[in-house]
Amino acid sequence: MLYAIETEGITKKFDDITAVNNVSISVKPGELFGLLGPNGAGKTTLINMLSTMIEPTGGSARVWDFDVKKDASHVRQNIGMVFQDTTLDDRLTGRENLDLHGRLYDMDSKHRKKRIEEVLSLVELSDRANTIVKTYSGGMTRRLEIARGLMHHPHVLFLDEPTLGLDPQTRNHIWEYIKILNKEEGVTIVLTTHYMEEADHLCHRIAIIDHGEIVALDTPEALKNMLGGDVITLELENPDNIPRLCEIYKKDGCASIVSRKNNDVFITVRDGERQIPHVLELASDAGIPIRSVSLHKPTLDDVFLHFTGRAIRDKEAGETERVGYILRARRK
Amino acid sequence: MVRKAANTVYTMWLREMLRFWRSKSRIIGSLATPFFFLVFLGPGFSSSYRLPSGEPLDNSFLAPGLIGMAILFSSLMGGVSIIWDKEFGFLKEILIAPVSRFYVALGKAVGGVTTSIIQGILILIIAWLIGIKYNSLPGVVASIGVMFVLGIGFIGLGIALASKIESHEGFQMVMSFLTMPLVLLSGAFFPITHLPGWLKLLVYANPLTYGVEAIRWCLLGNSTIPIIYSLAGITLFAFFMMLLGGKLFDSMEI
Repeated sequence: MLYAIETEGITKKFDDITAVNNVSISVKPGELFGLLGPNGAGKTTLINMLSTMIEPTGGSARVWDFDVKKDASHVRQNIGMVFQDTTLDDRLTGRENLDLHGRLYDMDSKHRKKRIEEVLSLVELSDRANTIVKTYSGGMTRRLEIARGLMHHPHVLFLDEPTLGLDPQTRNHIWEYIKILNKEEGVTIVLTTHYMEEADHLCHRIAIIDHGEIVALDTPEALKNMLGGDVITLELENPDNIPRLCEIYKKDGCASIVSRKNNDVFITVRDGERQIPHVLELASDAGIPIRSVSLHKPTLDDVFLHFTGRAIRDKEAGETERVGYILRARRK
Repeated sequence: MVRKAANTVYTMWLREMLRFWRSKSRIIGSLATPFFFLVFLGPGFSSSYRLPSGEPLDNSFLAPGLIGMAILFSSLMGGVSIIWDKEFGFLKEILIAPVSRFYVALGKAVGGVTTSIIQGILILIIAWLIGIKYNSLPGVVASIGVMFVLGIGFIGLGIALASKIESHEGFQMVMSFLTMPLVLLSGAFFPITHLPGWLKLLVYANPLTYGVEAIRWCLLGNSTIPIIYSLAGITLFAFFMMLLGGKLFDSMEI
């Protein structure tokens, strides 16, 4: 088997809306793959199709070499899923939730008990295992859910917005667990997120998805490099010197792009940190005083902006979703 | 294949039992209504009304009706609880597992009917403690069998409703418009021998009537509807409701 997941032109239409349009991706076994996009971009629809929760209306997909349409039951046996909203039974204890899960996946009693201890210790919930889930905090709930997704030794784990609505500290914790289980358990992981840092920090490769289509797919580094490199911003004492300085840099050939705005000169270079001394040297050789210098490494935000023409609605979306999450949690 | 199906049914049953055990206070609360009916309404009835046979209408007449009512409430609730599973997400966990939906529904039904029977038996015991004389021990055992079949029927109905109802707001309405008429039109509180035609029609169209009549026959040895018709009525009802519930649950969109 070459790929853990392989889709060919997979498409999902809801009435007149195309949620996922002709997506073809391949995920290698052991890879940590990210689907990055704003809310409503089609990320959840895509992984719901891959996890057999909904049927595609076009194209095909294979997960762990099983067709999601024709062989859904085998796909299910081989995947774990952590949904965006909690799907635990909050009247039962953590251990009972895991036990029921093990039974549904046909694990025998001995194997089940052993595995429960393993996954509990992985997410550091062993000491709370016998408490009712209702009393868990948001982070604990999510950790238990990840543990449950791993119970039956899935080959592929889907995480739908694994850190949505969690505080930054808990988020860092969850990130560590995700990394550990990818490395130590060797699980192929596909996660969706609209947090740039999350995709950047965790994923081996990222697919940027917008309006149901993949607009870019590569490693975080390669995606950032597509923008041409780092941007050094130089603020000059005397704006009159700007044209002369620009000329110097263009002639030197160290920069791929040179531009200016007000008192500032922007030069795009590869390997920004190492270029700063050289850039400053050229300026001082020409006797042009520099007031300040700063370096901007491209982030995925810039990448996203570059490919979609707009910034991801990160903060705003995060807030409204968090409110929704809290409301849903309160209704219990 | 059979083992896997049995495993799914057992797992779902186990979950219902764990939840049931956690909600002990709710069980006690659910026994309050039948208890007060037996203790207060019974003596009130027996001092005021007579059965067509000339005997007073008393506790022993009410008991089978109250058991039927308890089975109706808890079974329907058991089936409809799928709405909560849907709202609080647990249903997704079940539906993404490599198990058959039909056996999931069946396990849910068996779990719900177990809790219903436990409640029915508790009322049976309370009534006995109050002083109601049952016909025979085999009759009491047979009444538990009737509770089982009746419970399966209403759980099937509950699952069918839950598969169609979107939220628990809709559920509240269904419950009040469904349970009250079913109880009042079942002959749980009055004999069904001398009813006016239109009422008789409604009473005989009500599946709970046959359940209450069958339980009354088993426990007290008398009934208006011959036992064989009562049993046929609830068995057919249970069979078709489970079929309908299983089918609608299978096609439910989540």
